[in-house]
Amino acid sequence: MSDLPLIQADRAVPPPAATTSNGGRGRRLRLLSRTDRVVITLMVLVPLLLVAGLVWLPAVATVLLSGTNWDGIGPVSEIEWVGLKNYDDVVNIYPPFVPAVQNNLLWLAALFVVATPFGMFLAVLLDKEIRGSRFYQTALYLPVVLSLALIGFVWQLIYSRDQGLLNGVFGGETDWYGDPNVNIWAVLVAAGWRHVGYIMLLYLAGLKGVDPSLREAAAVDGSSETSTFFRVVFPVMRPINIIVLVVTVIESLRAFDLVWVINKGRNGLELISALVTQNVVGEASRIGFGSALATIMLAVSLVFITIYLWTVMREDKR
Amino acid sequence: MSRPRSQAEYLARLVPPSVAGLNRRSLLAGAAGAGALLGTGLLAGCGDSDSGSGGDAKSVSVGSNQSDPKPKDVVAKVMDGFKTSSGVTVNINTVDHNTFQENINNYLQGKPDDVFTWFAGYRMRFFAAKGLAGDLSDVWGKLDGYSDAFKKASTGDDGKQYFVPASYYPWAVFYRKSVWQQRGYEVPKTLDDLNTLGAQMKKDGLNPIAFADKDGWPAMGTFDILNLRINGYQFHIDLMAGKEAWTSDKVKKVFDTWAGLLPLHQPDSLGRTWQEAAQSLQQKKSGMYLLGLFVGQQFSGADLEDLDFFTFPEIDSTIGAKALDAPIDGYMMARKPKSKDAAQKLLTYLGSKEAADITVKNDPSTLVANSGADTGAYTALQKKAAELVGSATEIAQFLDRDTRPDFASTVMIPALQQFIKDPKDIGGLLTSIENQKKSIFTS
Repeated sequence: MSDLPLIQADRAVPPPAATTSNGGRGRRLRLLSRTDRVVITLMVLVPLLLVAGLVWLPAVATVLLSGTNWDGIGPVSEIEWVGLKNYDDVVNIYPPFVPAVQNNLLWLAALFVVATPFGMFLAVLLDKEIRGSRFYQTALYLPVVLSLALIGFVWQLIYSRDQGLLNGVFGGETDWYGDPNVNIWAVLVAAGWRHVGYIMLLYLAGLKGVDPSLREAAAVDGSSETSTFFRVVFPVMRPINIIVLVVTVIESLRAFDLVWVINKGRNGLELISALVTQNVVGEASRIGFGSALATIMLAVSLVFITIYLWTVMREDKR
Repeated sequence: MSRPRSQAEYLARLVPPSVAGLNRRSLLAGAAGAGALLGTGLLAGCGDSDSGSGGDAKSVSVGSNQSDPKPKDVVAKVMDGFKTSSGVTVNINTVDHNTFQENINNYLQGKPDDVFTWFAGYRMRFFAAKGLAGDLSDVWGKLDGYSDAFKKASTGDDGKQYFVPASYYPWAVFYRKSVWQQRGYEVPKTLDDLNTLGAQMKKDGLNPIAFADKDGWPAMGTFDILNLRINGYQFHIDLMAGKEAWTSDKVKKVFDTWAGLLPLHQPDSLGRTWQEAAQSLQQKKSGMYLLGLFVGQQFSGADLEDLDFFTFPEIDSTIGAKALDAPIDGYMMARKPKSKDAAQKLLTYLGSKEAADITVKNDPSTLVANSGADTGAYTALQKKAAELVGSATEIAQFLDRDTRPDFASTVMIPALQQFIKDPKDIGGLLTSIENQKKSIFTS
């Protein structure tokens, strides 16, 4: 008999739960019709499927394929598992890998130290409503709008050793695109040229949003232009600053198009993204090996994404 | 704002007032309608492309990589010739040359055109072995005018033919007759002659050998010819097939010889395209240029008539100077063409004398593979090139056509560029190539 209360307790628990859930469902039924629920389900499901199918599935597939030696031909069932061999090959016997990592880091440093601050500086200047600021804005933003094929062509005209503008005007013999000690800097100038315009526009939009009364208050308190910017405006623009930082990191990780247009990421212009493409996309079809490179790139990106998300979430909690 | 009391209330709040109620429904209906329209549009698009390629024997589709204006025009004229002779319509799908080559794997595994352009060599045999190409032995039964060398180049590993050759071009050392006459240069017969000639050209203020390797492949031509001259055809083919070691003394000798010749090459080659190098020859700034016959595209009129060539000189007298690179372009058939009959008819025509005659009439920069063709319209340069290839004992296809494409593009291109950058560390370079070769060829 001792277990009777227990059974009763068990029986006693469901009814209240049932009533609450029934009541809840009833109310929901009144507010949201069947069509509404279908629509909401679809609205959640479709983006979910898109994200899973277009982002997560390829990412997981890449990681899985990086353990195989698939050449892109034949059914999936014939893929052979080779374990970590591809990673071993990438690190130990693939000469372009180390320069690629170095170049990606150099790219990040150059954008972070030179191009981004310069873009912010230009935004601050343009925010002063100087004469012809519209013209300058357009001129500086133009490189971002131009197609990359065109940008590659424009710089080819400037940098070509035998027929280029630079050597033609200064009479030099520098092989801007061919000399592996020089070409990465030449490309960084071209990449920076684009990046400055992009950052300038982002930052300008942010500056326009800063409450003018803050500046007035600072001016009334006798603060100079410089200290107003660094002590008042800059801290207020924290969200934009974070976006600019993230954009800079993303741009340097996914840097690809310019070097691809120039020489397919070879001979001094190696970048991890270009190596992935060389191995996977072309006739080469070293899909397993290329996937290993892509996975390494994914891992590096994850570090930055984690830092970013961590900062943003900590922000939200406050 | 007060907190929502229930989940339902919360969800209801998420809908902005502007789209709540009837408005919201009509908006959703509109979106659904737009989606449906888009869907049917896409489906209709698919239907069109399917019906375009045709299921009956009245039409046949050709995937062409001949995207440059001149060759594209020639392909169109040849296909017109087929239409007049057979009454079967040909739909040509032209794709950019490099794009076609890079997408070939997906293309062949998807829905390829009935007939498509490709090259002789390792890759052709590879597709044949993988069952991605149609057997053309029947077509070869009807073809005539092809030498055994061409038939061999069209044969897969199983002894059946999978390829119909259309045109080819030899690699040789090109020069301007006027410059050489003016300076009294003579065609070098040996490596020593070449070195002496190069030194003389340097003294005369010329770049002895024009050179460009920005795109990575032109240097392969130099490697090929040196290897063919030093180690012979069979070693070259075995090396390409991964059967010989790159670290062997034989390969080392090739790079040593090349390193000796590098000072005669135009400097800073890694930033230059072959077109720019060819122009330096055309502008009489360079003395000679090792390239394919297509170098003529950068010359016109009197300059083109001034162009001449010689085959790369002998290095080892026991090997001789009779082998060369002469890549063959041609056509293959898809594994499952929509109409096998029409596709084979077209391929028979493409290999015929008539098709070759049309090509000769319209394109002066290639040689036709069919020896029965009327070559009376050949320029002097074409005639000489045809003789050169005719007298060759062995014909190689070019490094990136004679070996695995993954090895050629991801190992050899960076390796050759590294060698040009730093010709001193040959041992380290060859070890690196050999390590990567082992990894790729065993997978």
